[in-house]
Amino acid sequence: MVRFENVGLRYGFGPEVLRDLSFRIEPHSFQFLTGPSGAGKTSLLRLMFLSLRPTRGLIGMFDQDIATLNKDSLAGLRRRIGIVFQDFRLLDHMTTFENVALPLRVQGRSEASYRREVTELLHWVGLGDRLSALPPILSGGEKQRAAIARAVIAQPELLLADEPTGNVDPALAQRLLRLFIELNKSGTAVVIATHDIALMDQYDARRLVLHDGRMHTYE
Amino acid sequence: MSDLRTTDPGDRTGRRQNGFRRAEAPLVPRATIGGRALVAVIAIMTFLAAVTTGAVVLVAGAATEWQSDVAREMTIQVRPAGGRDIEADVTKAAAAARATAGVAEVRPYSRAESARLLEPWLGSGLVLEDLPVPRVIVLKLDGGAPPDVAALRATLSRDVPTASLDDHRGWIDRMRAMANSAVAIGIAVLLLVLAATVLTVAFATRGAMAANRPIVEVLHFIGATDNYLAGQFQRHFLALGLKGGALGGGLAIILFLVAGFIGDRMVATSSGDQVSALFGSFSIGAIGYFGIAAQIVLIAAVTAATSREVVNRTLNTVE
Repeated sequence: MVRFENVGLRYGFGPEVLRDLSFRIEPHSFQFLTGPSGAGKTSLLRLMFLSLRPTRGLIGMFDQDIATLNKDSLAGLRRRIGIVFQDFRLLDHMTTFENVALPLRVQGRSEASYRREVTELLHWVGLGDRLSALPPILSGGEKQRAAIARAVIAQPELLLADEPTGNVDPALAQRLLRLFIELNKSGTAVVIATHDIALMDQYDARRLVLHDGRMHTYE
Repeated sequence: MSDLRTTDPGDRTGRRQNGFRRAEAPLVPRATIGGRALVAVIAIMTFLAAVTTGAVVLVAGAATEWQSDVAREMTIQVRPAGGRDIEADVTKAAAAARATAGVAEVRPYSRAESARLLEPWLGSGLVLEDLPVPRVIVLKLDGGAPPDVAALRATLSRDVPTASLDDHRGWIDRMRAMANSAVAIGIAVLLLVLAATVLTVAFATRGAMAANRPIVEVLHFIGATDNYLAGQFQRHFLALGLKGGALGGGLAIILFLVAGFIGDRMVATSSGDQVSALFGSFSIGAIGYFGIAAQIVLIAAVTAATSREVVNRTLNTVE
């Protein structure tokens, strides 16, 4: 599903922040991506959701070499990936419902066709009574859940989450982890970037540890 | 997730639970586009373009009218000369004109009529016998079969050496040049207005893109194609362009309608007659109004196309 071969990344003329990364994300797999601050977790996630191109090496996504794809094809690939941003990136002028429905709206679906599934998902993440609320009045935890709901609503084949439990209490973190595990069981490959060792200890999964720009894998 | 409760969040009409009503929010918030200022600028541009178009139509129409009026007439001027009977020369020149095919009517101006022609310059009570005043013969031409001007000129120079034929060619050429200049200036102004509109919209789109960059990035990352994103902006700008265009073009149409109405009311007055002599009925006619309507559509289309182009260029900088 995702294949990195000797991938390196540097910003401008600076030092390489990621070096010689070679790994695979298999379909239906679940992994944590961890490492100290500044190790390059967010950069690696950005490479995986195609917002950065590597300085060297090869990245294959869904059996396609991303270096050979045009912008429209990349947009097509992004629709198969769900992303939870560390800073949520909810659109402040849209309600929670509209934010979560965004990936489906961008696919050209009508509101009538997705109303039920968006509402169900929002209830599931505990935002059933916040459908019409705008993001500025949501708490950090509520924003986090809305961002996760937006990432999973289109049932992506690959879910990338950057510190998805960073703003919630342990109980809710556990509930969100359960959501990711359920999603994984339904066929989505999941990559969760986190510092939260307690969270990782709750679920036995592969760990990709970034340190000093290099990756160590613990199966 | 099958055990989940469902609640209807509302429909496309905006009916929401808790009595909250809200239409589906646009992906790009309208408030970030600087809509009012842009509508005002587009309205002003369209107004200027429409007034220019109307003026061009008016001048071109009046010039055509003058040309056809002037081209339907020729003038023979008989100059007094020592030892010649001017009355006999006038009669001979008029006879030569009548004998020419294509001349429908020959009207020699009498001595009294010639005096009246000179009255504005020389005052009334003029005694023509004391002055070497030339006499004028006006020839009305047959529109279908124009006369052989060269042959008539040759006949006159042989039979009446003091007579000269003026077919108004120089006057017509000057009017044609003036009308063409007016049209060229009008087209230049239109092009400038169009260029200013394109630049204004480009700046506004860049501003809107900058203000909405976080939104554009999120849409981009959840799989929106460049085409989709450009369409979102284009739709907004097309609406703004149509609004501004309709406002400016509508004002111009009202202006011409009012001017035409006032012109009609002033027909009997001296200033009205002056205007009427210059611009006819002061009406730009169906072609003028159609031209203004076409400009409204053109400016809206240019606005939409410009915004799309700017958005596409900006998106090329987003990976």
